[in-house]
Amino acid sequence: MTNFLQWLSTLPTLAQIPIIIGVFCAVVLLLLFLIELAPRRGRRFTIIRAVACVLFPLLMVAILDSYTWAIVAAGFLGLLLFWLDYRSRHGAGYIFALVGFLSPALLLLAAGLVIPTIQTTVQSFMNSRGTEFVGLENFIWIFTQPAGIRTVLNTILWVLIAPAVSTIAGLAYAVFIDKSRGEKFFKILVFMPMAISFVGASIIWRFVYTARPADSEQIGLLNQVIVWAGGEPVQFLQESPWNTVALIAVLIWVQTGFAMVILSAAIKAVPLEQLEAAELDGANGWQRFANVTLPGIRSSLVVVLTTISIASLKVFDIVRTMTAGANDTSVIANEMYTQFRNFEAGRSAAFAVILFLMVMPIVIYNARQIKMQREMR
Amino acid sequence: MSTLARTEEAPAATDPGVRRGRPAASLAKTRLTNRWATLAALLIAALWTVPTIGLLVSSFRPAQQVRTTGWWTLFQNWGFTTDNYAAVLQAGNSQLTMAGSFINSIAITLPATVIPLVLATMAAYAFAWMRFPGKDLLFVLVFALQIVPIQMALVPLLRLFAAGELFGVPVIGAFGQAGYAQVWIAHTIFALPLAIFLLHNFIAEIPNEIIEAARVDGASHGQIFFRIVLPLTAPAIAAFSIFQFLWVWNDLLVALIFADGAVAPITKLLAEITGSRGQDWHLLTAGAFVAMIVPLAVFFALQRYFVRGLMAGSAKG
Repeated sequence: MTNFLQWLSTLPTLAQIPIIIGVFCAVVLLLLFLIELAPRRGRRFTIIRAVACVLFPLLMVAILDSYTWAIVAAGFLGLLLFWLDYRSRHGAGYIFALVGFLSPALLLLAAGLVIPTIQTTVQSFMNSRGTEFVGLENFIWIFTQPAGIRTVLNTILWVLIAPAVSTIAGLAYAVFIDKSRGEKFFKILVFMPMAISFVGASIIWRFVYTARPADSEQIGLLNQVIVWAGGEPVQFLQESPWNTVALIAVLIWVQTGFAMVILSAAIKAVPLEQLEAAELDGANGWQRFANVTLPGIRSSLVVVLTTISIASLKVFDIVRTMTAGANDTSVIANEMYTQFRNFEAGRSAAFAVILFLMVMPIVIYNARQIKMQREMR
Repeated sequence: MSTLARTEEAPAATDPGVRRGRPAASLAKTRLTNRWATLAALLIAALWTVPTIGLLVSSFRPAQQVRTTGWWTLFQNWGFTTDNYAAVLQAGNSQLTMAGSFINSIAITLPATVIPLVLATMAAYAFAWMRFPGKDLLFVLVFALQIVPIQMALVPLLRLFAAGELFGVPVIGAFGQAGYAQVWIAHTIFALPLAIFLLHNFIAEIPNEIIEAARVDGASHGQIFFRIVLPLTAPAIAAFSIFQFLWVWNDLLVALIFADGAVAPITKLLAEITGSRGQDWHLLTAGAFVAMIVPLAVFFALQRYFVRGLMAGSAKG
């Protein structure tokens, strides 16, 4: 495999795409073809199955350039698989098909997510080179020095501001344009930032925030507006704590479209009869909205709020591109990368673990809400 | 529903007594709030589009003018050029130009979209329509992996690619330096939990009768997968593949860790140029637009799928 990938990387870039996709699809098709043959009866098919059972894992491990003992072990596992499959309750070939469908994804998940998560957790209790157990020292370091506390506080600030503001802006916009002429067009305008990368959005807003000395012409829109209003140009990305707010504005700009689309759909699902009944009872527009529409879209609101909260906790690209964490703007995800760059593996892992612990409750709550919402429909 | 609304409205319109019963002030007020609402909507729409327009306009203005005048003075300082694009495509670092990184983005994104989708569809099929002990527990575990932020996996995974080590024990040959391989695999792994979960939901929604009928006719799992499941879930697969495509194209974090040097995608190079040449706005605006053009094209061409895909995957990261 190493040799194949080395050879592949010497090819022209665009030639690599069809080759890797082609090779991948060929392997998958071969696997599916064997799955197709698996349930057939007869000695010939049993032999094919036995050979496939042993050779597939064996070759997989072999082309990963693993050790001889691992290759032999894979071969034995294959034999075990064949035996289990042969005696399967659902008939020979069933377990073969099952393993064929499931194992590629599950093996990748185990090697690429489960084991690394355990390793990172262990690493967070180790020193910078991962050689010595240091207990809670990394966490204590984070929570005792001003920059570390600042990083955590900034992350909390992101979660407090970004979800609330983008949800309110998205909801207001959805209500205002509801049933208006050109509603679809207005939606596209606000939804478009969702397609742009955070890096692109950061450059767009850095340009808006650019400041030039007071005596020369401004090229950043926001400072021009301030100058027009008679103020002095402001260095938005340098003055703490307002620079963090300036960064949060970018995430709000991106996420409002998401909130708007979901909430707009929810508003349209509020039963018309309820709104009319409220109108007959003499409720004005605001009362109808507060007492009928809002309760009707409650679950969608929760989903939007939690989803944007998760995005705010994990925010990295915006901070990295706009300030790289300078001037007290760092957040946990950015600091995790910075510490990794500085070869502080332990501290980097500790930041990752803190992020994990902060995200976990929200994700669980979010998943439950989505499930509840689906069951109601 | 709509007919119901119309029949109720009709008598009110024909009977002037009902109209007169309503105080004139309240009518005026409703209209006023509507006007304010329209104004607010226009304001939000402007706030959300003007920055992008400013970027686009600036990217076509001569460098000297971008540096000294605001893009809103376009009509006083008239001038258009495509030099910025020519310049930014040649800009970059010692190993890579912007044009090269654009190609890199394509080379990273396409395989990193196809591979996880194929693997996830297969696994989702097994979870939805095959019986085995411990299935529910296993599925919940895969689902739970969505909780793990990718930050938890980045560094150990990098070590696995660079040294072939798990827990310090070498297990596979290292292929860290072999081109795009590690960034493809990393994106594949990070896409799997969400992809399996979402595709499972769609595949499990196929009516049981259809699958049973196929089984009675003697179709094997391979045939059911190809002839029934794939065609019926094609819209869901399309929606998710658009989401995955954009996610990989717009990603910065995974690229920073796994795609260094000559294989870096455009987001990484753009972030780098922002750091090193942060005041060269004629380059930055053009560069940002080059990076945005592909997602925007996908957005305008495939809007319906796009919205669905983004909704489905909004919690990823």
